[in-house]
Amino acid sequence: MRAGSNRIDVTVTDVVVVNELVKRFHFERTHGGILPTFSGGAHVVVEMRDEGKTRLNPYSLMSSPLDTRDYTISVRRDDAGRGGSLFMHREVKPGQRMVISNPVNLFSLDLRAKKHLMIAGGIGITPFMAQTAQLAGRGGNFELHYACRNDALATYADVLTARYDRRIHLYRDDHGEKLDLEKLLSTQPLGTYLYVCGPAGMIKWVRATAAEAGWPDETVHFEHFAAPQPGKPFDVRLAVSEVDIRVGEHESLLEAIEAAGLNPPYLCRGGVCGQCETNVISYDGKFLHNDHWLSEEDHRSGCKIMPCVSRFEGKSLTLER
Amino acid sequence: MSAASMLSRPVYGTLSPQAGKHHLLVADAEGAAAILDLAKNAPADFFAKAHIIYIPGASGPEYIDALKALNPERFYEGPSFAAALPRLRQTFDAAHMGTRLYIAGSEGLIGQVMQVAAEAGVDHASIQTEQRGSLARRVQCVHCKGITENVTTQPVKCSHCGLLLLVRDHYSRRYAAFQGVCINAEDPTDIPPTEEIFR
Repeated sequence: MRAGSNRIDVTVTDVVVVNELVKRFHFERTHGGILPTFSGGAHVVVEMRDEGKTRLNPYSLMSSPLDTRDYTISVRRDDAGRGGSLFMHREVKPGQRMVISNPVNLFSLDLRAKKHLMIAGGIGITPFMAQTAQLAGRGGNFELHYACRNDALATYADVLTARYDRRIHLYRDDHGEKLDLEKLLSTQPLGTYLYVCGPAGMIKWVRATAAEAGWPDETVHFEHFAAPQPGKPFDVRLAVSEVDIRVGEHESLLEAIEAAGLNPPYLCRGGVCGQCETNVISYDGKFLHNDHWLSEEDHRSGCKIMPCVSRFEGKSLTLER
Repeated sequence: MSAASMLSRPVYGTLSPQAGKHHLLVADAEGAAAILDLAKNAPADFFAKAHIIYIPGASGPEYIDALKALNPERFYEGPSFAAALPRLRQTFDAAHMGTRLYIAGSEGLIGQVMQVAAEAGVDHASIQTEQRGSLARRVQCVHCKGITENVTTQPVKCSHCGLLLLVRDHYSRRYAAFQGVCINAEDPTDIPPTEEIFR
């Protein structure tokens, strides 16, 4: 499996320890030249060759869209995760060659907005690094509210505060600082758009509070890369390819399909973009839907599944793939 | 008229109360009836947080008492869209997120209020609209760019440059107008019959 059809050969030019959990990686084109243009909020999928296993993880670009001599990403180490962040932290060194996808933006700024209100939680700060740089370059009106555990894990809070001063509002858990979201949302001028990136619980809280405060859905943008959840192994029949596969405990259905030699379309690998949507031909069992793409009606119908994040438990499952 | 013959052809719905802290309702003529219908399904405190801007036009005083009886927080009645425009702009300028917008009445009114709302950064898809009353169109001549209001006929003579225009379903949200294209450019003596179709 590979990081999509438009792959870019890059060399790691620098690895910077940002704090005890976060490292920053800089990539330049191996063969020289500038990298493709992107807009704030875009991500790339990084291919990791990890002892015979290929990992494909999406990471938000955090460098300025105004400078594409290099791309930078920041990776938070997740010791209990599936291993991608540990690979980046342990194995990736300056000088190493890697392959990344072209940038894709599923979390772009809506430039019709009069004001951009950003809410970040933890490592969810990364897309806002690029978005604030993009907006600052054109005099855009923005305000960033950033919740983190403590000063030591307030990744880039110092950089942001130095750049944008009072536009940055920091909330540290260990200081008991709390974002008064209802008040914040009720005092925004008409024409404000809301962006939230962080843990799933935070996104849910922000969306629900905004809906209650009368913010139209169109004005609320969110991004959450749901890592595929582990689960019981299950067997799948891929009817078009006439292949039977087994999805392992720590593997996603998409990864198992790719391991069988197929190249289904995908962009986000996190249940939001809709690219890998797959029709179900028949099933006997129950679906464990984990995506943000299909409607509740689709989930109930048993006709569709998002193989990047969703699983299945039961006797048999046949997909149109 | 409701069928989308072209992607840009606006499709209108039925006003319904939305979750919000304030409600701005703008209507002309028979659009008032759409507000009265919405009131039947609205929560008890809806109009206490509502501002109604009403342009009676051809309906005269017919709906005014009924609208006032809804006890909106603010009620404005004006002779024309142009007269209401400064108030509308000022209202948008001072408004906060959580203010929901409802527009009912003629297409010309709906389009022009949406145009001002878009300038204020309001997403057009978040606006509740309902077409009531006249189907007269606001038409932009694609040749001289002049706008002709209240067009009910097909074709129509441009009120600025005098060309005979075919009124298309091609709609511009930016201009809040349908596009009018010269119908007899090759032979100006070929004058098709005029029919009143946008009543």
